[in-house]
Amino acid sequence: MKIENIINEIESVDPEIYQRLDGRRSAMKSFAKFSGKVALASLPIAFGTMLNKAYGSPTGPKDAITDVLNFALTLEYIESEFYKAGYAAATGGTLAIPTGAPMNAIKTIRDHEIAHVNFLKTAITSLGATPVAFTAASFDFTAKGNFANVFTDYALFLAVAQTFEDTGVRAYKGQAGNLISNNDILTAALNIHSVEARHASHIRQMRKANGGLVPTGVNVKPWITLNQSGIGTNAVQASYNGEEVTTQAGVNIVNIAGFMISANAASEAFDEALTKDQVVAIVTPFFA
Amino acid sequence: MPTKNSSERELMEVAEANIKNLSRRNFLGYIGGASALLMTAAACKKTDTPSSNSGVDLGKGDVGILNYAYSLEQIEAAFYTKVFESPYSGITASESALLGDIRDHEVAHREFFKAALATGAIVALELDFSSINFSSRDSVLGTAKAFEDLGVSAYNGAGKLITSPDYLLLAGKIVSVEARHAAYIRDLIMPGSFADGLDANALDKSRSPGEVFAIAGTYVKTKINYSNLPTS
Repeated sequence: MKIENIINEIESVDPEIYQRLDGRRSAMKSFAKFSGKVALASLPIAFGTMLNKAYGSPTGPKDAITDVLNFALTLEYIESEFYKAGYAAATGGTLAIPTGAPMNAIKTIRDHEIAHVNFLKTAITSLGATPVAFTAASFDFTAKGNFANVFTDYALFLAVAQTFEDTGVRAYKGQAGNLISNNDILTAALNIHSVEARHASHIRQMRKANGGLVPTGVNVKPWITLNQSGIGTNAVQASYNGEEVTTQAGVNIVNIAGFMISANAASEAFDEALTKDQVVAIVTPFFA
Repeated sequence: MPTKNSSERELMEVAEANIKNLSRRNFLGYIGGASALLMTAAACKKTDTPSSNSGVDLGKGDVGILNYAYSLEQIEAAFYTKVFESPYSGITASESALLGDIRDHEVAHREFFKAALATGAIVALELDFSSINFSSRDSVLGTAKAFEDLGVSAYNGAGKLITSPDYLLLAGKIVSVEARHAAYIRDLIMPGSFADGLDANALDKSRSPGEVFAIAGTYVKTKINYSNLPTS
């Protein structure tokens, strides 16, 4: 089973994974038995919950920080492997990313995500912890068949890319507070966070130019309007729920101080965070 | 450092572009601002800019950081308000709509900080946009790019100065929107340049308040005292 492979891979770099998961090595054997019995579709959710428990229960400040960094590293692996696969499909002729600016942009973003993976690995190691490790085989970018043509349909590829970038922005934002005790790490995380937002802005412009999978009457902008994904499927909605708020710290932004600020603009002006649990639920279907 | 040099070069380019776009009529009024911008660019080699102890006091602690953000949002909001009032020649419908969005976002940010700070808010700053040729696309977008990248780096650098997780989250909610703006403006100037200027690890820039005001000061007449802001 592929999920077991992932855990084995984590174990190879994090010998304490079993302890993190349950405290008893035998628990994993029981998971294997258990997994034979539960419905296939619920496995990723069970796995996500386990990972969350494993990396979501800090035992001290340093652990808390490296846990956040391993969570971030996991997301960067998802993005980097996604763009690597997409770019390879395009050069192999199976994904029609237009040559020129679109191909260059995907290559640029891919290289940024690879650099983020390497940077976070180094940071985690330098803090005395062990970085999680994933490979292309760790992921299923069709999300269990939801996006079956992700590497053959350019519009779908861009839609999934947009969802990853917007989700990444929200994920980093949600973790900033957990890094507040370490100035260097916090600054580095913020310096990645804004790069993900730059990617999101550009991918959204690429989607507008392409026009595919954009619902009729929807204008895809570089920023997020209300809780609209701008993608004609509900499969990505969890990445956008909560973005529609128009009140910040008790201050109503709509028509604030007599300025004509619409609800759309008020929601666009502030990007919202996601909790780790929410992000794990969103990305879990993308694990093989 | 290559990144430093490239940011200096960008500033020089903005300054030079603004000078080129200058009409004779404005020249005398302009030259002060332009030379200040050039000097600022040249002075970027120094990481420590002298901090001013007179002028409008941003305050200390988290309130000081909120006032710092409020001052930057004042500059951005006023700039885009002017851009929208007097669009540059050749502006497209799409550019007009999205620059209007950005104006609304910046006004929302400015008024949010003003409301959140309440009686702790600094005064409305007196601004000086005489170095910008608002009828020129190059001048407007070049300045917009400089402001957005500056805003991103300012928020990124301010994160570690904030002690309240709630305020840190608020700053995070705003900075990613500034980064979306920055990428869009950059792509308007040169398609595909949305994230140029990152370091070798693909990390964005962060700047200290001193570094930020060394650049933003060109556009602010009011003297700002940021010496009481936290430094770590």
